This record gives sequence, C-alpha cells and structure tokens, in this order.
Amino acid sequence: MQSYILGKKKPITLLSGILILIAFTGKFGFKNEVLALWSLALASIMGVAPIAIQAYQALRVRVVSIDLLVTIAVAGAFLIKNLEESAIVTFLFLFGAYLEQRTLNKTRSAIKELTEMAPESALKQMENGEFIEVKIDEVNVGDILLVKTGAKVPVDGSVLAGEGYVNEASITGESLPVGKEKGATVYAGTILENGTLQIIADRVGEDTTFGRIIELVEEAQDSKSKAERFIDRFAKHYTPAVLALAFIVWLFSHDIELAITILVLGCPGALVIGVPVSNVAGIGNGARHGVLLKGSEVIDDFSKVDTIVFDKTGTLTMGKPEVTEEEFYGEDVEEVLACLASVERESDHPLATAVVEYIGETKLYPVEKTNVIKGAGVVARVNGRRVAVGNVALMERENVPLDEKARAGIARFEANGNSLVLTAIDGELKALLGIRDQIRPGVKEDLQRLKRLGVKNLVVLSGDNQGTVDLVARELGLTEAHGGMLPKDKAAYVEELIARGHTVAFVGDGVNDSPSLARAQIGIAMGGGTDVAIETSDVVLMNSNFRRLPHALGLAKATAGNMRQNILIAVGVVLALLASLIFSEWMNMSIGMLVHEASILAVILNGMRLLRYNLRY
Amino acid sequence: MKKATLQLETLSCPSCAQKIENAVKQLNGVEKESVKVLFNASKVKFDFDEEKVSVADAEKAIAALGFEVKSSQVK
Repeated sequence: MQSYILGKKKPITLLSGILILIAFTGKFGFKNEVLALWSLALASIMGVAPIAIQAYQALRVRVVSIDLLVTIAVAGAFLIKNLEESAIVTFLFLFGAYLEQRTLNKTRSAIKELTEMAPESALKQMENGEFIEVKIDEVNVGDILLVKTGAKVPVDGSVLAGEGYVNEASITGESLPVGKEKGATVYAGTILENGTLQIIADRVGEDTTFGRIIELVEEAQDSKSKAERFIDRFAKHYTPAVLALAFIVWLFSHDIELAITILVLGCPGALVIGVPVSNVAGIGNGARHGVLLKGSEVIDDFSKVDTIVFDKTGTLTMGKPEVTEEEFYGEDVEEVLACLASVERESDHPLATAVVEYIGETKLYPVEKTNVIKGAGVVARVNGRRVAVGNVALMERENVPLDEKARAGIARFEANGNSLVLTAIDGELKALLGIRDQIRPGVKEDLQRLKRLGVKNLVVLSGDNQGTVDLVARELGLTEAHGGMLPKDKAAYVEELIARGHTVAFVGDGVNDSPSLARAQIGIAMGGGTDVAIETSDVVLMNSNFRRLPHALGLAKATAGNMRQNILIAVGVVLALLASLIFSEWMNMSIGMLVHEASILAVILNGMRLLRYNLRY
Repeated sequence: MKKATLQLETLSCPSCAQKIENAVKQLNGVEKESVKVLFNASKVKFDFDEEKVSVADAEKAIAALGFEVKSSQVK
C-alpha cells in the first residue's frame, strides 16, 4: 500500500492540481463554497499521503526529514480549517519535487552519457569454437572475444588476429581513429570503426581503464568538500531545530498559523542541494572535455591556485627530440646523408633516433669497425671512408678543421637551444645538424590563458641544463626556470613554494614526477590513460592534452563560484523569508512554499549553466 | 567480508541519501563505516559479512523506504 502510493506520486500531483483548480473556479466562478471545500480537503488528504509516508519511513531510521515538517504543517492547517493553504502547500511540494528530479537529471546528463558508453555485451568464443553473444559480466580474463565493425571493444585486451581502426575518444579524448593489428592493445569502451578483431581479454569490468575512469568520476561527483560536509552536518540538526522552534512558538503564542508557517519557511532544501548540483555539473562538463576533476575539494583548491609548476620534458615539450636546423658543407649532400644514416641507424641514442627519422629513406651502406667514443660520438668505416659523427669534442679529437662558417653555425644552433650532431668524412666537416625537443604547439597561448585566469607564477623545473631551460622559459614567457633538477629536488622546490604561502599545482607526465604530483596541493597528470597518472593525481588531462589545462582551471573557478552563488541564494532566501514573516503581513505558508521551491529550482538551474561552460578568449 | 554496490532509481533529494544511509547502517552485519550513498550516481556501496546479512536484506530495507533497487553487484 505504502509503496503503491509512493509509486503514484505523479498522478497524485496532477490530480491535486486539478482539484485545486476546481475549488477555485467553484469558489470564485460559481460562488459554490461547498464544492470548493470538498475539493480542497480531498486535494490535501491525497497530496499529503505520500509525503506523510516518506516522513514516517524517515523517522523509522531516525531521520527528521523535510517531509515531516511539511506533513505537520499540512495537518496543522487542516486542523485550523485553512484548507486552501493545506492543499496548495502539498501540491507545490509535490510539484516542486517532480521539477527537481527532472532538472537534476539534466545536470547529471554529462556523466550519464559517459557511463552509458560502457560496453554491455561481448561475442565470446565457446568451447566448440563458436562466438556467442554474452553479457559483459560473463567475460573473464583470458577469454577470446570477437569485435565486429561498429561494436564496442568490451574489455582491455590484446589483438590476436585481424585488423581495424578504433575510435578511442572515450579513453583519450582523441577522435582520430587508431589502426590496430596483431599484438596491439585495445581498450574497453572504444569503438571499432571498421575491420574485425579477435582479442584476448587482459582486464575486464571495473579493472579496465574505462571502468576505472567511470568509477573515478562517479566517486568524484559525490565526494564532499569541507564546506559541504559542514552543511550536511548543519542540515542534520537544522531540520529538528526548525521543528523545535515551531513547537516553542506554538507553546507560547498558541498561534497554530504562525507555528506551521515557520515549519514551511524553515525547509532547508536549496542549501543541501545547491553544492552537489554545482559539483556534478562541473565534473560532468570536465568529463566531456577530457578533464577529470577528482571531487569538490580538488575543485575548491584548484580554483585558488596562484602558482603552476611544470615539468619540461614531455609536458611543455613533446618529449621527443627532432632535427630542427641543418647546414651542409660541400656538394654531395645525398652521399653524406647516406653515410650518416648508415652509422646512426645502429645506435639507440635519442639523438641518433632523431637523425635517422629526419633522413628517412636513403641508400644504406654496410658499416665496419664501429667505435663508440663515450660523451663524444661514433667513428666508423663506411664504404671505405672514415665517418665521424658526434659533437664538437669529437671533431677536435679527429683533427677536423672547423672554418669560420662552421663556427658561426655552431654558435647560432647552440644559442637556439639545440644539441649538435656534426658529421665529418675523411677528416672533412660535411654536415651540422641541430636537434631540439620541440615545444608543444599552442603551449605559449595556453600559458597566456592561464595568466589571464589569474595564475601569477609559471615555473618550469627540469633535469636539463640551465641554458636549455632558460631558453624555453624565455620563449614561453615563464616567470621562473630551474634546470639540473632531480625528481627529489623538484618535490623539495614544490614544498618550498607551498611554505612561502603559494597554492601550487604541479603538472607532469606522471612517470617520474609522482613525488611532486603528490606534494603539490593539486597534482595534474598529463595522463595518456596510464594507471599511475590516473591514481596519483587530483586532475587528469586525458590524452596528455596540454590544451585542456586552461579549460580545467577556468572550469574549476566557474564551479567554485557557482557553489558560492548557490549557497548565497539558499541562505538569502531563508533569511528573506524569515524576515518577511516577522516584518510583513502578507507572508503565509503557500507563499513560503512557493519561494522555497523556486529557490531549489533556481540553484539547480544555476548549476546547469556549468554544463555549457566553455573557456572564452 | 564482501563488497556490495546497489544501483537505485534516480535520487533527487539529499535527505533521501541520509535516510538510505541510516537504513543500511542499521542492518546487523553491515560494516557501518563503509556505507556510502552516492547521491549523484544514485548508488549505495557497503561492505558486509555474508554470514550475518545478505544483499537481499539491504535491498528490502531500501525498498521499504520507497526506493527502487535497479541492480546489485557483489564482489
């Protein structure tokens, strides 16, 4: 019976609305007081039923709920035969709850979209070798699965056979399809755009990268900040306090009307719901834009950040050295490159890798008598000629003369922050290459945006030499640059900044920066979906996308501001209502309930604005 | 000790969350500290001793409050 009534809240709301309309047309249209009275009485009793049931159930688990306040208020109004008020208050309360649920679902929509991307079924190979569709829960590690074009990859696994293109936007935020063939890793929640893959399950369900992201976001949207926990504690005692206050007022004044009006005005609705609503909408917006914000505490801290510390390699730069400048001495460039590529292809030094990649397709010679000179380079015999590849020190060792043009080139390349690779053939300088770890495209503009968002100090810390770091700092307009730092030095420096009173965020790739990520108030990982990055940090930028950083900061600020607005609206409304009860004649239960419900909708709608937040400029 | 996750119908009032939390906490065999009601995700998570209490008991307690349990998972 109880659950039957609770299940029929919507028709009850509609019916009580209609009855109220009938009552008022009866009263003012046809002067039919009896009809009006009966309609209102019916509307009150019907409307209060589900509210009273909820109040009773809450009491059984020892919670004084808002439903109880309303039930007592309605009963009181009924008692003093103020049926208009009792009917209108129940209707407004029910209707308000309905609207709340509708709008709340909107604020949660962004995260719901994410969780709905979770795969639900898979084609699993049975003992007879056939593939049969099963529920995702029935897939275990080690199962062999078939993924067809257009289907979701059901688990994290590796490709056994077949090939195809996979859209990994749900994991990386990058919508360009990625080619997969035998041996490649695929992730749950990604979509096979074309081709067919047979995969073996390595991780299933909540253990997959996608499962972890969902769990993280879900926990984040419900994590509570200090302010919120305070409000919750406050609300727990606030509702019984309102009840007590109303009772005391009635005891002393014997004015039931006044006592029940206090009950309705005191309802704490907007205050309790305001902060969670901002939180869920803000985190939902982030999830849509490849930014994971881990909860409202993080949002609060991040919004106050004044110092952002960056790791250089892999964060501000691509983390992959490339040939950026070149100069040749002599005619036969083709031949020089062939010799150079032949030598460098045998080495796995990062600079050699960069050189080989830069030269690309070329003639290759057999290489003999390779001699690696530590800290200098390589000397080898290629096609009967002596080829030396390395730095300036190697050239001096080999007695290679450097003329004026070469010296000028060396000076210029170095000033631009390049590492040098010189090539000499038979004692004669032939080529000079400058290799540099390129700055990520767009980083400069993004740093400007961060400054406009109010970040005062932009600091780079790096293991590279001071010269290189200074250069990057100058090019990007950073305020501080420190080179030659080990991971523990970086963490110590972060600590020092905090001790000086700064609110510090550290941005790193999460591989060797974990101490700094943990030490900073806000650890921001450029996570290419790596586990360490997702676990240890407070904010994750998906797909290592630096460009999301300004959006993340702007969003955190907007969300924190939104929470403050909502608290202000909620507290303001309660104060205004109480004040008008004391100082004005027109305040009554119905108006109180109307304003109360309106304020709840106002905070929800205000929270919803965050879903559309987008960083301007 | 097992871990349960219950997916409920959409929760719309924070006081519902408090009600559900208290109801689940009152079950004998449920680890009180572990009870977490995720308001926005509309989920309840808790640890419990499977010899004293079952997930069905928790489902019943929540249903008695008037909230529909959509699915449950035990690990």
